Amino acid sequence: MLDTNLPVKIRVKNLSFYYGAFEALKSINLSILDRKVTAFIGPSGCGKSTLLRTFNRMNELYPKQKTTGEILMNNENILDARQDVNRLRARVGMVFQKPTPFPMSIHDNIAFGVKLYENLSRIEMNERIEWALQKAALWKEVKDKLKHSGTSLSGGQQQRLCIARAIAVKPEVLLLDEPTSALDPISTAQIEELMHELRKDYTIVIVTHNMQQAGRVSDYTTFMYLGEVIEFNKTHKIFTNPDQKLTEQYITGHFG
Amino acid sequence: MERHFDQEFSKLKDKILEMGNHVQAAVDLAIRGLTERNTDHFAQVHEIEKNINLAHLDVDKFCIRLFARQSPLGADLRLVFSVVKINADLERMGDQAVNIAYNGKDYLTRPPIKELVDLPKMGEEVKTMVRDALAAFFTLDVEQAKKVLMNDDVVDELKNKIFNELSSMMKANPAVVDGALDLILIARNLERLGDHATNIAEAAIFDANGEDVRHGKDKT
Repeated sequence: MLDTNLPVKIRVKNLSFYYGAFEALKSINLSILDRKVTAFIGPSGCGKSTLLRTFNRMNELYPKQKTTGEILMNNENILDARQDVNRLRARVGMVFQKPTPFPMSIHDNIAFGVKLYENLSRIEMNERIEWALQKAALWKEVKDKLKHSGTSLSGGQQQRLCIARAIAVKPEVLLLDEPTSALDPISTAQIEELMHELRKDYTIVIVTHNMQQAGRVSDYTTFMYLGEVIEFNKTHKIFTNPDQKLTEQYITGHFG
Repeated sequence: MERHFDQEFSKLKDKILEMGNHVQAAVDLAIRGLTERNTDHFAQVHEIEKNINLAHLDVDKFCIRLFARQSPLGADLRLVFSVVKINADLERMGDQAVNIAYNGKDYLTRPPIKELVDLPKMGEEVKTMVRDALAAFFTLDVEQAKKVLMNDDVVDELKNKIFNELSSMMKANPAVVDGALDLILIARNLERLGDHATNIAEAAIFDANGEDVRHGKDKT
């Protein structure tokens, strides 16, 4: 059973999203619990990345799109036209499938976002950079080469740099869109370990095609199909005895 | 298109069915050895138990491979997990049949102390329980599995009846103590066989619908 008493960080109400005439999300209702890891799973095209992107309105970067419904974060509708989208994206950080370090030093990669929102002294900025890199479990590996280019790091290190960059602006929520699908098993394990640490401070939502990964890292799992949430439950329930036949068929590979 | 997992599992299913047949045959021979006073049957029980042990190792190896390579989830996960448990129960049942053969052999070294009526009944009940529990497992038949759970009460009642009868006989005539103890141990092993069949039925229910009915949670 779901712990309905747990605090909700994001409440999605009757959310629909359209790419032109195509309804990619169909009246979604869902609660993302505070300081828990929630995984979105489902076949390609089911809308999981689209739903993720609505949480910081990245979906609005697409042409001819339309969103209806509400997404309440701390009881405030983030879809409201008066919402400061830049500020929202600092509160809801995002890490993508492929590492996206900026073509600048490791130091500047992290300082870049912070400068947009805060006016820190050099000492404070250096402290923030160390803090973010520590949080992202990257500090020990890069502390002596902060002036090196971010792109000189390995793929796994680059992804942790991106996580450090997202954390540096002190977000409330971290969105991870297939964050390890381009990484080797060692780097994947490091990111997964990192997620176990970060869940203490952040609400994390991860889109993954890797069901074993969803099983390892998430507290709750949402199974989506054709733009709808088919089932949302504790991860162990979803992966051992889901309530919905469709979920069962998907996790056992009976689809298609 | 049949999934590779299903192809792999059909091999496992054959192994479990084979073990179940071995267990039923071992129990049958152990009891017949006693009722027909034929020690050759006991020797066959030992041979069958060796096959059960080999199958036990094979099934475990197979399950570990399935966990490692297929990472089963949902119904598949419950299925492989249940097979691991059923495999352990079937192996223990083979041991119990051997125990009966040992006690039976000992019993046959002396003149019979009574006509054996309830022990063969227990043996029949246990064989039926094993057969039905495995059938319930393979057909996902929860109702059939629940009937097996109820049948365990019949086996327990027979054991109690045998215990009481032999206890009275021992009090009345100490000369029958050695033989009576053998029969009590045989009844005890048959009761344990019933318990293992019950475990299989419980695993069948868990496999079918994810419900955990162990420890008397739900026998209705």
